[in-house]
Amino acid sequence: MSYRFRDLLALEPLSAAEISFLLDQSKPFQEIQRHPLKKLATLRGKTVALAFFENSTRTRISFNTAASRLGADTMNLQAEASSLKKGETLLDTAFNLNAMKPDCLVMRHFSSGAADYVARHLDIPVVNAGDGTHEHPSQGLLDALTIRDRKGTIENLNVTILGDLSHSRVARSNIHLLGKFGCRFTLCGPAMWVPQELEEIAPGTPIRSVYKIEEALEDADVIIMLRVQTERQHEASISANDYIHGYQLNAERLKRAKPDALVLHPGPMNRGIEITPDVADGPQSCVLEQVTNGVAVRMAILYLLVAGEQATHPAASEPVAHNRRATDRAQQNNEPPEPVPQKRNS
Amino acid sequence: MALKFSNSASARFTGALMLEFRPMRIVEKRQLMSAAEIDRTLQRVAHEIVEKSGGTKHLALIGIRRRGVPLAKRIAQAMRGIDGVDVPVGTLDITLYRDDLSKVAPQAVLQSSEIPFEVEGMDLVLVDDVLYTGRTIRAAMNGLFDLGRPRRVSLCVLIDRGHREMPIEAQYIGRVVQTSDTEIIEVRLREIDNEERVVLVDRVE
Repeated sequence: MSYRFRDLLALEPLSAAEISFLLDQSKPFQEIQRHPLKKLATLRGKTVALAFFENSTRTRISFNTAASRLGADTMNLQAEASSLKKGETLLDTAFNLNAMKPDCLVMRHFSSGAADYVARHLDIPVVNAGDGTHEHPSQGLLDALTIRDRKGTIENLNVTILGDLSHSRVARSNIHLLGKFGCRFTLCGPAMWVPQELEEIAPGTPIRSVYKIEEALEDADVIIMLRVQTERQHEASISANDYIHGYQLNAERLKRAKPDALVLHPGPMNRGIEITPDVADGPQSCVLEQVTNGVAVRMAILYLLVAGEQATHPAASEPVAHNRRATDRAQQNNEPPEPVPQKRNS
Repeated sequence: MALKFSNSASARFTGALMLEFRPMRIVEKRQLMSAAEIDRTLQRVAHEIVEKSGGTKHLALIGIRRRGVPLAKRIAQAMRGIDGVDVPVGTLDITLYRDDLSKVAPQAVLQSSEIPFEVEGMDLVLVDDVLYTGRTIRAAMNGLFDLGRPRRVSLCVLIDRGHREMPIEAQYIGRVVQTSDTEIIEVRLREIDNEERVVLVDRVE
């Protein structure tokens, strides 16, 4: 098994086998988190560009840590300081970053599809660190790794996703990933936060929406909490008190789930709003394991996309989408790169 | 809201799929060791290690993936017969520490390293099947020292075939074999290969 894409833009197009491969490849990096010396030289001399057009603390630090533990250097572009504020287009910013010759671009953007769009125009691997309300693939992977470690499997689980689903790329990545392994989903939140069309995003995956938390938690193996995204509320809103009353996950409500149900939260948590401190810090909570696993998953992603990268890619001089794809096709069909003679017994 | 992208149109594939190697024939030249010889050699090496280390206290074996792992386990078993003590055995995957990652096939698949003991202050013996350029051992030592500071590290190999590219020597050697550059030594072990012997093969283009 291997990973056949040059980028990591979404989990939806990946097969279950490819996802299992990505999770398996994260294991050695989980081990490295436990070493007294955590720095490798595997990507020494490589540069990872981190472009966060939307604010992020945890994901950016996690990718930054992953890159530096692999021995790579990073370039950082952040929303406030970027020339986007001065009117530069996304593509121009990407071309300018690329002109500094990084070996990989990790980007977060407030528009759905932004990473995909940039990837079509660049010759380096692009990792989507969250694009609008579309996907957040590394979060989906780290959640799956956390569940697999605790439960031993990610197959055929009852997964409840709780909170603001309408704005959540985390929910979408979770559904696409766990859905490939036969998991069943219950989505729950205030009606205006649980869009009907979510039930259709992964054909073949059973997804239902309920509006009562007690019902949603019944028989759950995994509960994925979503943050109440105050900065994204444009129209319909709900008061904090109403939310606490109707949807807060507390110890009493958690009893309705299976006794060994896991509680995940992508962070940052609003303690006392969507989750009570005793649940957040309780034995069923995995929130800090998620953070640790995040670094491991991102090391695996960067390792797979950057370490094996060979100098066989066409020049970056043709930034037109259809040319780019035509070249890819030509490459696949009849232009195998020079094989490198392998020295055995080394 | 529920956005769909035409992933098939935009997905870019790596070159990994299309690697093709030139046709090459592998010819077996001769057998270097039989199953019984491998067994006797490992027994002898186990005795040497215990003798030189002055017992099995502080001693641990680290098998280098893949074929160093079953070899290390067998040596530990032999030591049990000598000293009646279970010597700890660890497993090391050196992929992340290689100096030629971008030159070999893209996406070298990672395996776990399992070293379930503290290496600090230990007498470690690295175990591998064939010692050739020495690069694997250099990588293994880099990996090892990320775990702590062992008191001593020595090297045990079943076959030393020469052609070193690094200042690395083995302290415990099963057999020294003179080879040419095009020859390959294949150590086949029942745990991995379902047969048990060491053969010398040659590449013919």
